[in-house]
Amino acid sequence: MWKHHAKFERNSLILLIGILVVVAIGGLIEITPLFYLESTIEKVQGMRPYTPLELAGRDVYVREGCYLCHSQMIRPLRDEVERYGHYSLAAESMYDHPFQWGSKRNGPDLARVGGKYSDEWHRQHLSDPRSMVPESTMPPYAFLADKDLDYHDMVERLAAQQKVGVPYTKDQVAHAIDDLEAQADPFDARGTALKTRYGAKIAQRDFDGHPDRVTDMDALIAYLQMVGTLVDFRTYHAEAPENQR
Amino acid sequence: MTAIPVQEDETPFGAVLLYAFCGIAAVVSLMATAFSHDPLFQLQGWIYTGAFVLALAAMTLGMTSGMFRATPGRYEDGVIRAGVIATMFWGVVGMSVGVLIACQLTWPSLFYAPSQGWLNFGRLRPLHTSAVIFAFGGNALIATSFWVVQRTCRARLAGGVWPWFVFWGYQLFIVSAAIGYLSGVTQSREYAEPEWFTDIWLTVVWVAYLLIFLGTLWRRKEPHIYVANWFYLAFIVTIAMLHIVNNLAMPISLLNHKSYSAFSGVQDALVQWWYGHNAVGFFLTAGFLAIMYYFVPKRIERPIYSYRLSIVHFWALIFIYIWAGPHHLHYTALPQWTQTLGMTFSIMLWMPSWGGMINGLMTLSGAWDKLRTDPVVRMMVTSLAFYGMATFEGPVMSVREVNALSHYTDWGIGHVHSGALGWVGFITFGAVYCLTPWLWKKKEMWSTRLIEWHFWIATTGILLYITAMWVSGIMEGLMWREYTPQGFLANSFIETVSAKHVENIVRMAGGLMYLSGTLIMAFNIWRTIRMPSATTVDAEAAAPALTALAAA
Repeated sequence: MWKHHAKFERNSLILLIGILVVVAIGGLIEITPLFYLESTIEKVQGMRPYTPLELAGRDVYVREGCYLCHSQMIRPLRDEVERYGHYSLAAESMYDHPFQWGSKRNGPDLARVGGKYSDEWHRQHLSDPRSMVPESTMPPYAFLADKDLDYHDMVERLAAQQKVGVPYTKDQVAHAIDDLEAQADPFDARGTALKTRYGAKIAQRDFDGHPDRVTDMDALIAYLQMVGTLVDFRTYHAEAPENQR
Repeated sequence: MTAIPVQEDETPFGAVLLYAFCGIAAVVSLMATAFSHDPLFQLQGWIYTGAFVLALAAMTLGMTSGMFRATPGRYEDGVIRAGVIATMFWGVVGMSVGVLIACQLTWPSLFYAPSQGWLNFGRLRPLHTSAVIFAFGGNALIATSFWVVQRTCRARLAGGVWPWFVFWGYQLFIVSAAIGYLSGVTQSREYAEPEWFTDIWLTVVWVAYLLIFLGTLWRRKEPHIYVANWFYLAFIVTIAMLHIVNNLAMPISLLNHKSYSAFSGVQDALVQWWYGHNAVGFFLTAGFLAIMYYFVPKRIERPIYSYRLSIVHFWALIFIYIWAGPHHLHYTALPQWTQTLGMTFSIMLWMPSWGGMINGLMTLSGAWDKLRTDPVVRMMVTSLAFYGMATFEGPVMSVREVNALSHYTDWGIGHVHSGALGWVGFITFGAVYCLTPWLWKKKEMWSTRLIEWHFWIATTGILLYITAMWVSGIMEGLMWREYTPQGFLANSFIETVSAKHVENIVRMAGGLMYLSGTLIMAFNIWRTIRMPSATTVDAEAAAPALTALAAA
């Protein structure tokens, strides 16, 4: 048997092909089924693509590397469900490009942080974390409130999301900038159109306390306030047959 | 040997080709910079433009002075010397950033500057991980692979001037990624943070690397491909596969730095951890096992313990590693069958991992006294011991019930560092201590005493680091799930953060010690390079004993 191995040792191309075949198997068997097995992601009511402002906020979240300290994945363990809320469903990150489940909790999980605190709390906490939580080790993000949100490419961003499979409509893509501006201003008349496009539950308000500006802080808080709130767990039953597949 | 005709590319044709390539690349980057409206993309554009213009200038000088004239009779060692220096440079940078972020987690009020977002933990942490894994580790892998493949094939590196392209192209990748992280250009995929254009650039460099490596194998004057080269080849090929698939993404536009990953949610998570775990498996394990398979027998002057074991453990290791990714996703929304599969293979992985450790350690049989007399041997053996420990700890942590406690905690950080500081760091230091005198034609390192100091300071540092992380990781895991007798959660989250303060200090001290060791080493290397040259030591630095191979 050992003699036959000489074939691999004497021919670099046979060795190369051997390696490729051997390392391809695991991935093919483990990963590809997830793309066509229907049971991978159960269909859940309430999931919708992010509004442009929320998406811009998520992009800030991604830019700042929040995932390095905050997970967005509540495991079905008693203490986690009691501490953070209902365990995370696969469907809840179905529009997340990229996923932000994280792998380390230097800070708490954020999968259901939406609605837990007020906008004002987030504002102060992000600007100076230790003013709200003295023992916190979180970096300060005061600069987000001074930075005007750059959303000139919002239409392209939604179009790119559409290309990777997020079901934005043509209408939603075309009005991305209108919708973004409308959501950050409670008196903006375009809010009605925003709500027709994304649903009546959209929070339309001035998130950062500066009504005259749309900042990175607006976007990030808009995102944080909706994370994990889309699925209504008063009507979701984990034991229902459609969720048991 | 494969009968593929290899052109004698020591002719300057390769250099002319590279010159043209740099010229085109400079124009393309300049145009992209000029037409983009995205300031972060423009910054990156300037980096690439500057790099290609510098390359053009350097090559113009080189061509006029005849630097690229072929010297086919000799090994190409210049690029390896550059690689050794780059390894040490990035090692110091990466470890310093590590100490800095350890300080940030320990004394947040002192180590954050509220107006300087680019110094925040979220921006620096990818800089630390990428600098130590890809810059320090990657340069070590490229440099040693160029040394090993030449010596074990008895052939000059293929590609003429192109190995220099791989070296400088790889540095450009590092600089582009690093400045990207600091300025907020990131995909936020762990260990795959660089954005789409940096990924494409790395792919170009990597393909050149693969072709040079294969080209050198095709020129070999030995009938067999030495075992270290199997590991290098597996590392290069598999990293290419992982890198390309995991970084599939849709840029917002070709003139915008930002992209959205091709996959979402569950699928994205699994692809990412298939990549992430095998960055460990193939970058930090297979590649460094290749280093082990050459430098341990060379230094000890004994053949590898078992040829058959190396065959079995090579194929078993690369087959099983690929499956282990899902153990990073226990209890998540990933389907349970996938988690179970990942856990099963992670436990199986224990055996081939220890196969490598045993093969390395047993190579010392009959020469155990070197452990006492030669601190470099001691360093490499300690490295194998840490490898064995980390590859035992890994399977334990991959068990779902253990993972329920260890996941999201400092235990994971400790585990990673026993592998990274102990195994990867020490085997690299061992190899560089061997290479430096060989490359600069010196009899030995400037100071053996300083190697001793390096060894003991760094080893103590690792032990402090991982012990602190075991304590804080298990403690916070237990605190998160602790209940009062009345049935309420006993601790708020922030109590588990402040409870780790002392451990964080110890961790920082351990990291600082490890960094000090590296600085001592850098000093020692600098002094060695400056020593008067001994007579040529090429003969000493030939292939490792191939008797075991020949006998089989």
